[in-house]
Amino acid sequence: MSDLPAGVERHTFDGEERLATRGPPAYGEPTDGEWRAWDTGRSKVGAMLDRGLDTGLAADATVLYLGAAAGTTVSHVADMAGPTYAVEFAPRPARDLLDVAAERPNLFPLLKDAREPGTYAHAVEPVDVLVQDVATRGQADVALRNRRFLRDDGRLLLSVKARSEDVVAPPDEVFDRALATLREGYEVLATERLAPTHDDHLAVVAAPLSE
Amino acid sequence: MDGIDSSDRGWFEGIDRDDDEAATQAIRDGTADATADWPARAVESGFAADEGDYYDILHDATMAATRAAVQEYERSDDRQLQHSIRAMDDCERVANELAERVAEWAGTLVDDGGTGVGFCRDLADRDPAPAERRVVELARRVRDLDDEAAELRAGIERTAPEVAPNLSALAGPVLAARLVALAGGLETLARKPSGTVQVLGAEEALFAHLRGRAPSPKHGVIYTHEAVRNTHPDDRGSAARALAGKLSIAARADHYTGERRPELDEQLRERIATIRARRDDEAAEGAGSGAGGDGA
Repeated sequence: MSDLPAGVERHTFDGEERLATRGPPAYGEPTDGEWRAWDTGRSKVGAMLDRGLDTGLAADATVLYLGAAAGTTVSHVADMAGPTYAVEFAPRPARDLLDVAAERPNLFPLLKDAREPGTYAHAVEPVDVLVQDVATRGQADVALRNRRFLRDDGRLLLSVKARSEDVVAPPDEVFDRALATLREGYEVLATERLAPTHDDHLAVVAAPLSE
Repeated sequence: MDGIDSSDRGWFEGIDRDDDEAATQAIRDGTADATADWPARAVESGFAADEGDYYDILHDATMAATRAAVQEYERSDDRQLQHSIRAMDDCERVANELAERVAEWAGTLVDDGGTGVGFCRDLADRDPAPAERRVVELARRVRDLDDEAAELRAGIERTAPEVAPNLSALAGPVLAARLVALAGGLETLARKPSGTVQVLGAEEALFAHLRGRAPSPKHGVIYTHEAVRNTHPDDRGSAARALAGKLSIAARADHYTGERRPELDEQLRERIATIRARRDDEAAEGAGSGAGGDGA
């Protein structure tokens, strides 16, 4: 177990203790003064922090977030961390991501394909934390391709979605295969199933292997 | 990273810091093989005064670039077509639902009751007695929704052939629009294998099949096509497969070249004729020898 990083606190909303960060509300979440609730049922990074995984997220950390979608999670990450690069491939959610980013000067939205890091390497600096939550086949491969952005002492926070790899195979098999691929470039530090809030998702914390 | 070559440059290198358009362009179209400490490099080269200044410029540039790319996509013709077909389906569905309510209600008030959108149109033209006012007003909403659905359909029939000429010629404009909407765009449709096109709209049956609970679906929305619907049930699987094959070729031609290929229409017609002929052959055989065909 590790403590919550600076910028993330447990606050009580409606009599229930929940994670919260400080920033402008982004999606109708409950607020407590400047603090707004971080829904761990919707956010996999939130769930990882809630379970005490050592994520490497810190106040001055630079972050590359792949699969930012509408910006629900990345808004909280940007609230607590340093410069945050948010890559999203689909235009429709990116429209909502723009609203979230407009209020956060340290959040940089990029409409790019995470499978092609060359299309954003000209804008993204080396980062301390690489967060990946993309719904595509070959998720471990995407993590390998994006390792170039991660500093030697950086952390990968990967959430593997079993259904994106194979809709019918048992999740455990899919996770084993993904982890085997991932180990070609990373040392896996911790894994955790995120059920019941995120069925069929595996949270992985990993460190890049030196080349 | 050895030195600076063309493939190893930050987005800001070679542009003026006040040139917003160039910055947007650079973020959108630029590439690099490797990352680098861009903030430090931007300060070093004099592009930005300090790191904070760099991040301010980067924020503006990434916001502008992403906004431009999102807008371009959302306003594209095939995207507008998807909204049109969904809006048309919504109008029709809501009109039918409301028409049921009107029929129920009007049946209690008028002697010559009826059902459906047609009845609502009749009712809408009447001069209502005070007690009938609300139900007649509701009937007018049904009429308006039905009119709007017709307008949307007319718009789709006009624009679908421009967006996807071959697909519209083979499938008809409305089915073409529906396929584009189900796939999420003409490009995504063009990239799908024809087996996927065949079952677009039958996802529930497909996943039941993949989980081993059901036979594979023969067709999705292409069921509404004459080539499938007017083929004998035993041959519909073949007809759907043949049609889906031609439709995916059409979608690819539309997306990648945009040129009309009239030979596709003829090929489809021949293929469907061959499939239907099987049934005739079988019938003839059965009548001649008394032995059934394969009994499928």
